[in-house]
Formats: sequence, C-alpha cells, structure tokens
Amino acid sequence: MRLSEHIYRTVSSIRGPLLFVEQVLSVRVGEVVRIIRPDGGTMEGEVLKIDGRTVLIQVFGETRGLDVNSPVVFTDAVKKAPLSADIIGRVFNGSFLPIDNAPMFIPERWGKVSGFPMNPTARARPEEFIETGFSAIDGLNTLVKGQKLPIFSCAGLPSKELAAGILENSRLAGGGEFVVVFVALGLTHHEYSFYMRVIERMRTGFVAFINKADEPVMERLLAPRFGLACAEHLAFTRGMDVLVVITDMTNYCDALREVSTAREELPGRRGYPGYMYSDLASLYERAGRIKGMSGSVTMLPVVTMPEDDITHPIPDLTGYITEGQIVLSRELHQKGVFPPVDVLPSLSRLMQRGIGAGHTREDHRGIANLLYKHYAKGRDLRRLEAIVGRDGMVESDRMMLDFADAFERELVNQGGARRDINESLDTGIALLRRFSLEK
Amino acid sequence: MSGRILGISGPTVTVDLKGLKLYDMVRVGEAMLIGEVVRLEEDRAVVQVYEDTRGLGVGEQAKGVNVPLTVRLGPGLLSGMYDGLQRPLERLREETGPYISGGRELHALDLERPWRFFPLKQAGDEVAEGDILGHVEEGPFRHLISAMENGRIASIHPGEFTLAGPVGTYADGRVIQAHQEWPVRKPRPYRRKLSPQAPLVTGQRSIDFLFPFARGGTAILPGGFGTGKTILEQAIAKFADVDIVVYVGCGERGNEMAELLEEFVTLSDPWTGQALMTRTIVVANTSNMPVAAREASIYTAVTMAEYYRDMGFHVLLLADSLSRWAEALREISSSLEEMPGEEGYPTYLASRLASFMERAGVVETLSGSIGALSMILSVSPPGGDFTEPVTQACLRTAGAFLMLDTALAHRRHFPAINWFQSYSLYERDMVEHFSATVSPRWGEMQKRCRELLQREETLREVAEIVGIEGLQDADRLLMKAAERIRLEFLSQNAYTEDAFSAPDKTLAMIGDILEFYDRAEARLKAGEFLDDVLKG
Ligand SMILES: Nc1ncnc2c1ncn2[C@@H]1O[C@H](COP(=O)(O)OP(=O)(O)OP(=O)(O)O)[C@@H](O)[C@H]1O
Ligand SMILES: [Mg+2]
Repeated sequence: MRLSEHIYRTVSSIRGPLLFVEQVLSVRVGEVVRIIRPDGGTMEGEVLKIDGRTVLIQVFGETRGLDVNSPVVFTDAVKKAPLSADIIGRVFNGSFLPIDNAPMFIPERWGKVSGFPMNPTARARPEEFIETGFSAIDGLNTLVKGQKLPIFSCAGLPSKELAAGILENSRLAGGGEFVVVFVALGLTHHEYSFYMRVIERMRTGFVAFINKADEPVMERLLAPRFGLACAEHLAFTRGMDVLVVITDMTNYCDALREVSTAREELPGRRGYPGYMYSDLASLYERAGRIKGMSGSVTMLPVVTMPEDDITHPIPDLTGYITEGQIVLSRELHQKGVFPPVDVLPSLSRLMQRGIGAGHTREDHRGIANLLYKHYAKGRDLRRLEAIVGRDGMVESDRMMLDFADAFERELVNQGGARRDINESLDTGIALLRRFSLEK
Repeated sequence: MSGRILGISGPTVTVDLKGLKLYDMVRVGEAMLIGEVVRLEEDRAVVQVYEDTRGLGVGEQAKGVNVPLTVRLGPGLLSGMYDGLQRPLERLREETGPYISGGRELHALDLERPWRFFPLKQAGDEVAEGDILGHVEEGPFRHLISAMENGRIASIHPGEFTLAGPVGTYADGRVIQAHQEWPVRKPRPYRRKLSPQAPLVTGQRSIDFLFPFARGGTAILPGGFGTGKTILEQAIAKFADVDIVVYVGCGERGNEMAELLEEFVTLSDPWTGQALMTRTIVVANTSNMPVAAREASIYTAVTMAEYYRDMGFHVLLLADSLSRWAEALREISSSLEEMPGEEGYPTYLASRLASFMERAGVVETLSGSIGALSMILSVSPPGGDFTEPVTQACLRTAGAFLMLDTALAHRRHFPAINWFQSYSLYERDMVEHFSATVSPRWGEMQKRCRELLQREETLREVAEIVGIEGLQDADRLLMKAAERIRLEFLSQNAYTEDAFSAPDKTLAMIGDILEFYDRAEARLKAGEFLDDVLKG
C-alpha cells in the first residue's frame, strides 16, 4: 500500500481511449488515475494492464486534446460508485455527474462499480410478478422479480415507445417500494429529448443515467455499471424492488468493440471481442433476489438486432445469458400493432413460477397456453393460405386464421393504453370465447 | 519459494519465480489469490489466476507452492455445492455473506463432521496403492477408503473419527488418512478400460428409444439459446439410473443453479427413493464468476467423479456448457498472446477436449471392481451454427450427438432433439440390450418409428403444396400416426409427471401408437373412411 498519490509525466503514447505510461512503480490493476489536460481540466482513467513498468490506462473521458506531456496522477484507489437513497429522482451522465441542475448528493457509502458475483446458494428463486401494463408481456411472457428479460428489436421499430411505456407503467402486483433505474446509452438528441419528457412524466421513483451519442465511449461502458451499483444498493441495502431498463445494449456492445479494437485485441465474431459473453454476463447476472432479504433487481435490456438478425452476436450472446426474450416484429409494426410483440419466438423462461393463484390469477396458465397454441396454429395456416388461398381452405382453418388476426389486433395491440393483469387475461378469455376455443 | 509480480494482464500474472514446474500452484499478491503456472520462461513464469485480479499490484509477492492445483477427495463430498476451485459455496456464504469476494480458502471437506470407519484390513497387512482399507457410510453409499501408498499397516482404528485425524498408521510411521488430495488435471489411475456394454437409462424417450446412451459413454447436446439444453441436463440429472451425479454449471446462470439446488433438496431418486441431493455433487462457476476458475471447474468436477468411480460406482458427469469452458480457454490463451487458431480458439482446443472426454469410460478399478464414468455435455454454438470449432471438436470424440433444434424449440417441442440429425454410436449394442431386458420387439419398433418419421417428412413437403386434404387417406393416416409419435411419444414436458419415462413405459407408449396405426391401416384397407377410422 502506498501512502500518497504519485504523479508521472511519462506518457509514451495515446491511442483512442488508451494511454501508455512508462517508468511507473508500484501500481495496481483497476487503480483509478487522474489525467490533467493541457487546459487544466482533469479526467479519470483506470489501470488496465501492467507490464513491468509500463502501464496501460483506459481513459473514461474524451482523449481528444490530450498530449504526451499530460501529467497522470495514480490515486491508489479503485473506482467506486457513490451510493445513497438520495439518488432517487435524479438524472446523471455516464460519469455519475448530475445533469439535472441540482447539486451532487452526499453519499452514504461507496460501492464497487462492477459489483461482486452473487453466491449461487444465496440466490432466491424469482417468482413474484411485475406488471408492465402490456398484455403480450404480462399475459403471455410474464416478467418476475429478479429476472433478466431482454427486448429484441429491429431498427425502425418502436422499441423506444415500448421502453417508455414500461418505464411509466410498471407496477408491483403486491405493493412495496418500487424504483426504476433507467440507463440510456448513446442517445441521439432526438431520443434524448424524448426520454427526458418520459422522465418528467414518471410517477414511480426513478434514477436515470443518460449517455449521449456524442459523449465518450467509455462512459457507455460505465453507465450500466453505475446503474446496477445503484440498483443493488437500493434493492439489498434499502429493500426496494428495482427494475433496471437499459437501452440500447447494441450501443454498449459497439462501444466494447471499439475499445477492444483500440487495445489491439484479437477480434472475435463480427469484430466483437471474444470475452463479450463474460462481459455481458457481468452485467446481466447482477439481476436477482437474495434469500432472507427483501428487495430485488430485475433487468429489461433493449437490444436492437443489427440487420434484423437474431443470430448476430449481440442478441445471440444476450439470449444465452438472459432468461427469455421479448421479440418485436416488423410485420406486426407494419400492421399498426403496438407493441409489435411476436409472441411465438418470445418466451419468459421464469414465467411458470410467477403466475397462477397467489401470483397473478388461477386461470392464467390455462389462458396463456390456449392463446399461444391457437395463435401458433393460425400462424402456421397463414403459410398454407399463401399457397392455396383462403377459399381453398376448410372452414375450421379459416376460423383459425381469423383468430390469429383478432389475437394480434385485440390482445397484442393496445396502443398507448395500460392494461392491468385482469384486463389482459379477460381480453384473452373474451377472444377465446368468441371463437369457441375456451377448452 | 517466493518472488514478485512483474506484470498483470486480465486473468494472467507474470511473476519472477524460478524453478517452478508447469501447472504448479502459485499464490499471488497480498490477497494470496490462487493461480496455476501456464507458461515457463527462463527467469519468469506466467500464472493463470483463478480469481478477479483487480486490485493486484506489481511488486506484490508471489509464492510457489510446488504442488499442482488439487481437489480434496473424501467422505462428505456428496450433496455439496462447490465453485470451480472446490470451495464449498454454502459455507462460503455463511462466512462471507451473499456475495463472493475472492481470496478466501475453505476446505472442501468438513473436518469436524463425525464418520464411522469400518476397516477391511488389519494391522500387519501389506497393502498396495488402490487397495481397499475399509469403508465409511456416506448416506446410502459405501464410501470406500483406499490406500494412497504401498506399505505395511501398523494400526487401523474402527469406529468414530473425523477427517481431521488419521484412521491408522503404516509400520514406518506414515499416517493413513481417510481423505486425499488429487491434481485435477491428472486422470486417476485404473487397471484397464473396458468397452461400454450396458445402457444408461435417461428417462427421456427420445434418447432411450432412438439414440440410446451407454454407461461409460460420452454424449454432447449442442443447441442454440433456449433449445432446452439446461432443462434436459437437469432432467437427466434427476432421473438417470446412475449411482452418483456430478453436475457442473460452467459459465451459466446463477438462478438456474439456485433452482437446481432448491428442487433437488425436495425430490427423490426414482430408482432408489433416496433424496436426490444425497447422490449429487454440484459444481457451480456461473458466468459472472472468474473466468479462469471456469476453465478449472470441469476438471474439478471430473476428478470428483473419477474418485467415486474408483469405488465401483456408476457416475454421470453433466456439464452445462462446454462452450463456456472453451471460451474461458480462449480468454486465457489470448491474454497469453498465443497464436490463435480457428475463431480465436487456441489450436490445442481439440486435443484438450479429447483428453477431457477420454476420462469417461468403464474401468476395472485398482481394487478390481467395475466402475463407470459417463458424460453428457451441452454445447452452445454461436448463432446456433454447428459448424463452429467447439461443436466440431466435440463431434470427433463424442459417442452420441443429440442435436437440439431451434425450429423444434420454437414450436415448443421439447426435448427438441432432432430425430434426423442426431446419432448414437452405442445404438446397436444398446438396442440389443433393451431387446433382451425389456422386449424382443424393441429393435423392430424402433425401426418402424424411424420409418414413420421419415415418411412423414416426405409427405409433409407434398402437403405444404396441396394441403393435407389433398393427400390420400393412407398417407393422411400415416401423417396422423407420425404426429402422435412426435407429440405424445417424443415430446416430454419437463414440468409434468411425464418428465421421466422408464423403459417399459417408453415401449408401451410407442407400442400403442404403432398398434393404432396398424389397426387403422387394416380398416382403411377394408374400405372404411379415414374419418370413421380416426373416430375410433
Ligand atoms: N423438456 C421441456 N419441457 C418443457 N419446457 C421446456 C423443456 N425444455 C425446455 N423448455 C422450455 O425452454 C426454455 C429454455 O430451456 P433451457 O433453459 O433448457 O434452454 P438452454 O438450451 O439451456 O438455453 P441457454 O443456452 O440460453 O442456456 C425453458 O425455460 C422452458 O420454457
Ligand atoms: Mg442453458
């Protein structure tokens, strides 16, 4: 342990967000450094790699304007996040600085930004229902506390509006303190003003971390970790149920690729680093509940699938870590269905335990299974319809086609309205009755 | 032997220690993190560190321990849950709370728990390594204690003892312990390997009937995300007719491990009625736990499995997922700046995999009994593309390939085992076995079942164009029979009673469907209409 800060003026090269410093003595991995810019301002960085006396530093801010004479201060501290219940209602940037014109809060404590892995034996099973207000999710792909359930979207689909709906409308079924942590990465100005309006309208408690498209790439990697450190604090120190909405993980992964390339690491599939699975897991796995504690961290990341391709590494690795997925469909969007959730490829893997008597409603499972089954049948028949035409089909098949249409128009589609779980299930029952498919 | 840290890059640390051997254990830093030597150079060694290296500093101490990474083997492993380095997770939680912070050493075995020792040998006996000295009752199992060294026994004590003390001494003063340490990367010895003969009944109809698996065999389960790998592995862990199950959650979800634990405590083994957990060891190194420990986790698991095999048990090792192990290997390789092979994996990926899978098999143990170690390993190919290096490397060694099909999973057909692409090299021998033990008609029915599925596929293409109504009655009947095979026989919902199907139930079910088909076909031939025939 060193006793004081060290200052070095031995930067040998600057490459993107990376800085090489020579002749450094006694330094640790993860140590925070401060870099003093030629204009007198400072920025932070972190020690990434040490080779003898050469130290590789990852800079969190914009490296433009730095030069090799910039002094680097080694602080002998690792990066920590300031934590307090006073963060509720606040808006920060990707460096955890307030951007809502109010002063910084006074931290209760400082927490490790990247968190610690939860001991698997300490985890409590996720099984309590969270109501998002959307029938396609609540009724057919139910979200439960402690789950990580991503939304797979495509460019041009209203994932922003869906995320906004979830931010505004999510509730706990059983009551309790509920907070939404919203992490927005790489926002364009247009998206920024959209989400700021959403935040103003919010009635539940929230914390927001906003990183704009023109802000440093490194902040895109940090913001979700700050968000999760806050979520863990609110959940497991304060006993609150926290829903973390992160948009858009595709921007996160692109930032990861950019930084990896700058480090001259070996690129993996499509140029994304080979450790992207572990890196994403270090975020997504922070969702959960702990035995013997109240509070929970639930995660809803939004992923925009490049080229609408679900096998692209970003949705693919996400799917390999999360507990299901909500998939949006271009076709439904074109039909004017909002939210355009395609329930066939969508799945909440933890739904089984979170529905039924004592959770949602006794008849939930039966209704969901029937709706899914008949809709799948109707969708299958659409292919036949394309070949033989509607008139070439038997009456019962034509009815299933009509059912599939009605299902999309009336159950999935709900426009801007919020539906509670009873309304969602009742809509389903009414639909099944109308087509005499209740059994 | 001690030295200093020279450099740190991700999970690898360079130290200035000399005189180490490859794979020797090293402790680095003030936190005394555990690592293993993965590369030796003239005056330095590169260590793969099993814990988060953040906070580690250059100049901090490094200590060579002169032994390789080992696990502890002895009574009390069963029903435990360990991390990739065999730290007992329950006890870790009691001591450090719900989060794992690392740098902590805990003995895998409980040294205070009392056991009863029943000696087989007595004072004066000459014993050789591997000879059985006696046993301890571990739950329902006879846990054999064998000699670790040759020698003449001076004393051996029956009755109550704890692992903290010896159970006897050799004439030359060496003590006899009822537990031992074993290097994880070194396969445990046996007299000879035998070829797999008997089936391993999984309770999954599609496996037992179409792609039967053998005791001592290896099978891989590759499939894209959500195709049901974990559910299938867990179902097999619950229902397989084996003595002992070692389940490794390698780089997967924490919630799944919690769920497995919670379930296994309440369920019982369908073959013996004993609580399921008493036959199970769980190794959990979840995706957010240190990557190097993930690499070690499958070796930790297989060594414990071999230990019980050596007592003459049939042990099943289930790993979910081998791809995460391979990725860990890749991460370590790339931080060593090794020359990458295909898709960045090190060129030794295939040989490492093959030597790992070679640890499966039926063996004659050192004490002359027969033990078996079977492996069922899931693989998570990126994008569900089976041409990728890990699936391909596994295919070269595995005896059974159970391909999980994304299209079937989307249709919610589970287990989503593709019946055209999958295969089992054990099939012929196992069918023979089932024919002898369950019914002589097993083989013939299996053939007919395959044929129906095959013909359905051809007809389906026609039906896509002309509609099912356009087919002849005989073909429509066949489609109906094949549909019943798919929906009633091959599908098995893991959340229902049907999750387990014993061989006679399996045979009865397929027998019913084939009989239905035969009778209906006869009635069609006799001139009846299909609709009437289908009505019953
Ligand atoms: N035998 C089964 N019976 C019923 N449902 C099943 C079965 N197998 C899988 N499922 C369904 O599929 C979902 C995904 O299964 P599972 O978690 O085993 O997939 P996986 O292949 O392990 O995915 P990943 O690679 O992402 O871990 C389950 O949550 C469940 O809803
Ligand atoms: Mg899985």
